[in-house]
Parts: sequence; C-alpha cells; structure tokens
Amino acid sequence: MAKFNLFSEESNKSPLARFWRKFKSNHPALVGLWVFIAFVLLATTAPFLAPYGVNQQHSDALLIPPSWHDLGDVRFILGTDDLGRDVLSRLMNGATYTFGLSVIAALITTVIGVLVGTFAGISRGLRSSFLNHLLDITLSIPSLLLAIIIIAILGPGLMNTVWAIILALLPQFIHSVRNLIVEELNKDYITAFKLDGASNWHVLSRGIFPNIYEHIVVIFTMALSTAILDIAALGFLKLGAQPPTTEWGAILAENLGLIYLAPWTVGLPGVLLFLAVLSTNLVGDGLRQVLKERKAD
Amino acid sequence: MMQPLLKVQALSKSFNLRAGLFSRKRFEVLKNISFCLNQGETLAIIGETGSGKSTLAKLLSGADSADSGQILLDGTIIEDKGIRDQQCRHIRMIFQDSEASLNPGLTIGDMLDDCLQYNSDLDKETRANKISATLHKVGLLNDHQHYYPHMFSGGQLQRVALARALILDPKVVVLDEALSSLDPSVRAQTVNLLLKLQQDTGLSYILITHHLSLVRHISDHLVVLDHGEIVESGKTETIFGQPQSKVTQKLLSC
Repeated sequence: MAKFNLFSEESNKSPLARFWRKFKSNHPALVGLWVFIAFVLLATTAPFLAPYGVNQQHSDALLIPPSWHDLGDVRFILGTDDLGRDVLSRLMNGATYTFGLSVIAALITTVIGVLVGTFAGISRGLRSSFLNHLLDITLSIPSLLLAIIIIAILGPGLMNTVWAIILALLPQFIHSVRNLIVEELNKDYITAFKLDGASNWHVLSRGIFPNIYEHIVVIFTMALSTAILDIAALGFLKLGAQPPTTEWGAILAENLGLIYLAPWTVGLPGVLLFLAVLSTNLVGDGLRQVLKERKAD
Repeated sequence: MMQPLLKVQALSKSFNLRAGLFSRKRFEVLKNISFCLNQGETLAIIGETGSGKSTLAKLLSGADSADSGQILLDGTIIEDKGIRDQQCRHIRMIFQDSEASLNPGLTIGDMLDDCLQYNSDLDKETRANKISATLHKVGLLNDHQHYYPHMFSGGQLQRVALARALILDPKVVVLDEALSSLDPSVRAQTVNLLLKLQQDTGLSYILITHHLSLVRHISDHLVVLDHGEIVESGKTETIFGQPQSKVTQKLLSC
C-alpha cells in the first residue's frame, strides 16, 4: 500500500460486490450489459410489445421504407417487407428465436457442462478421463458442420439446430469446468476445509463454487455468442429456422432478393445480430477483464 | 510416569514416483518415525528441505494418511496403518500460507461457523458466542467476523488461521512453517500469543520450522529429521548444547 488514500471507504465488500464495482468502471462493458438486458426483455415480452402480428399482412402497404424516409409511413416505423408485414414486429419477435433460443441453448449447455465437468473434476483416474473426453469427438468437427450433419439426420428445424449447438458447445465447457475444479481442489483452503470436517458436497457448494462461478459466467457468455451466430447462420442457410419463423437469419435469407429494392429488410436484422453478438462479447470481455485484474491483486 | 498426550509410533510414508514410461520408483519420505509429546509442551521438528517435515505435518493433521504406524492421542488410537478416525479434530494444523488456506469467498464468521456446524450440534446462539470468544482469544475483535480474508494483513490472517484451529478446542496444534512468512515484529507478537495460549489452556504445539532461534525460544523438545529418519531427539537445550550427530551439527552451525 504505497498510495496514500484519503476518504477511503471502510466497508465489508464481499467478493461479488468488489466484482461488480470493478465491472461498473468498465464503461463499454456496462453499455454492453444494458443492451444485453434490453435484448433479454425483448426476447421475453416481444409478442406483447410488437405493434402488429408477425404474419399480419397489409396489402395496402407493400415495401414501405422506414418512417423517417420521404415515402415512409408512421404506422410502420421500420417499414414493411414485400408481403406487407411490419418489419419492426418481425424483428422484435425475432429476438425470441435468435437471442432467446441461444440463451436457452447456452443455459442447457451450462447445466450439463457444469454437472459433467464437476463429476470429471472430483473423480479420479479412468472415470475422470472418460467423463472429460466424453464428447471430445465433436471437437474435431466445426459446430456449423456438426449442426449440418445432425440436420441431415433429423431433418431441418429450429430445435435440431439447438441440439446441434448444445452438442458442439459441450466439450469445451466440460473441459473448462473440469480444469477450474481441479485447479481449486489443489488449493490449500480446500485441504483446510476438508480438515474442518466438510463433506464432499460442502467442499463443492461452499468451497469451490463460490470461487469459480464468475469463471463459469464468462464461459457462458462465450458459448452464447457462438450460439447466436450459429442459429442465425443455420437460419440463413435454410437449415435451421424455416420461414415464416421470424428468426433473424431466416429473415435475412428470405429478403436477400430485395437487397437493392428494400435494403432495410436485410440491413436491420443484420444490425440486430451484430448488436446481440457485440453486447454479449462486451459483457464477457468485461467480466474476463475483472477476473484478470482480481488475479493480479 | 505421566502418559504422553500424543504418541507417534513407527510412522512410515512413501510415494510412488514415475521413473520411466512404465516403471515406478518407490520413494520413502518418512521411515519409522516415533516420538512423544506431553500436554502443554512444544515439540520442534527441524531438518533440511526435503527431509519430510511437511509430510509429517500433513500426516499428523490428517490431510494425508500414512502407510504404516500408529498415532495415539490420550491413549486412544486415532490413526492405524493409514486408517484415520475421521471424527477426530483434536489435532489441528496451521498452514504455511495462511491467505491460501482461507476460502476467499467466505467471511471469517461463516468459516468459523462452518467448522462448528460440521463438528458439533451447538445451536446458533452458542455458536455465535463461541466464535466471538475464540476471536477474542486470538486478539481479534468480534467485528472481524464480518470481514473477508482479503481485508486482513498477514499477521492478522495468521491470527484468523489460529482462531480456526482453536475453535474446535484441539489438544495439539501443528504449525507448518506458519511463522516463517511473518516479519520479525509480527512474528514476535504471534509467538507471544501462542505462548500465552499454551499457558492458559495447556495446548501442545508441534512446530515445524527452519527458524532456529525460534525453536530455541519456545520448544521444549526437539526432533531432527534427515531424509525421513529421526537422527536425533531430546530436550532442546541438550541438543543445542551438545549436538551428537553430524547432521545436527551442520544444521545448528549455520
């Protein structure tokens, strides 16, 4: 403590509170978090917020540009597509598919990954190896290709895409969680905790998890950004979500033919995809930064 | 003749080291270690690096199990040929790096409460009283139980580690280089605290250290380890005065 610190605050900051304070001082990450929260809200409440139905057609209003354009109509803030559907409503509902399903896929991956990784971490020998390398075969195949293989077997569809993404993300997750747990298990405080009489369950729940869950959140954000891109890419390739599902990638593909005539129908879903991935990565990067800083302390 | 508090009989420990691709080499860390410790006394274990001191500390505290031999406490066997009585918390250990031995995610109060919860069926109020009494005993305040480990300095952390050891009313405390990382004034404070606790409660210490002046100051008996074997043991003053073996002479002369 070389620095002289006037007005230093004397309070019992928990590790989580310190984490949040450091995260808050990283402004890009904080903006990313706001955008991320906005997407989560949108994904859960889009059907109630959207001004029109997803497939509601307005035959009097085909290919109307966004409302700020000279030819725009204030009824359709972001314009309409070639079937007279409101682009804003479709994009809002798209958040449920592209973003919401990605979150669900990443969450399922997290639950399975943490369970398998934990068992691999606390068991020893052959069993540990088996669990650790259970799904390694899928590491050799890029996630998109794996999804295409699964779709070739099961047929195209949004749910199959989700399974494919989960399978593709799992091995990385299991490895990371196992490494975290093995690393923690070797630390002195776990030995001391065991000597206090803690059972295996106590060691996990009070010893290890409170100290690694931030790392798990970081891995989660990385999995999430991959999931968003994969769902959109498969939708775009017409292997995932099928029109008229309002998945952003599928909307992009559907309107690709209109790119010169009505660029807003292609540009806007692209912008949203970009924002979703960017905000996720900003949050993940911010969290990683804080973890790194805390290690340096 | 008074029954010794702690009796260690023929303790041995070996590790399997990987020598080649398939061959393994047996490496004996401790060979046939026996010693006794009376109540309220301090036994120091000295030896070169790699002589098995830390392994012995781990065996005594139960962090690791021996291959053969027995540990008796107050006449009852608590470890026999590597099988330890898991309920026994009368021998507690203080680690070399006290910060690493405390869970960074728990407050001191929570940590001490966990200790009590796992080993007793006291109710919440009794536990709270006991926690604050133990904190007072090691010279900390009641308020410190709401602190996280990162908020303490090195000397205070050592006191916290001591509180954690003492909260279960142990009979023996093993100090594995626990005082080495402290600066001289804090070390002196901690040593005085340890001696005061010994006077008040009749605790026994096993002190594992490199620090010879410290050994001379606080230990009653001395065991010199070399390559896993006891080369010399006896009263500290006697050994310091007339070291018999070559190893001891070398250790004491530097």
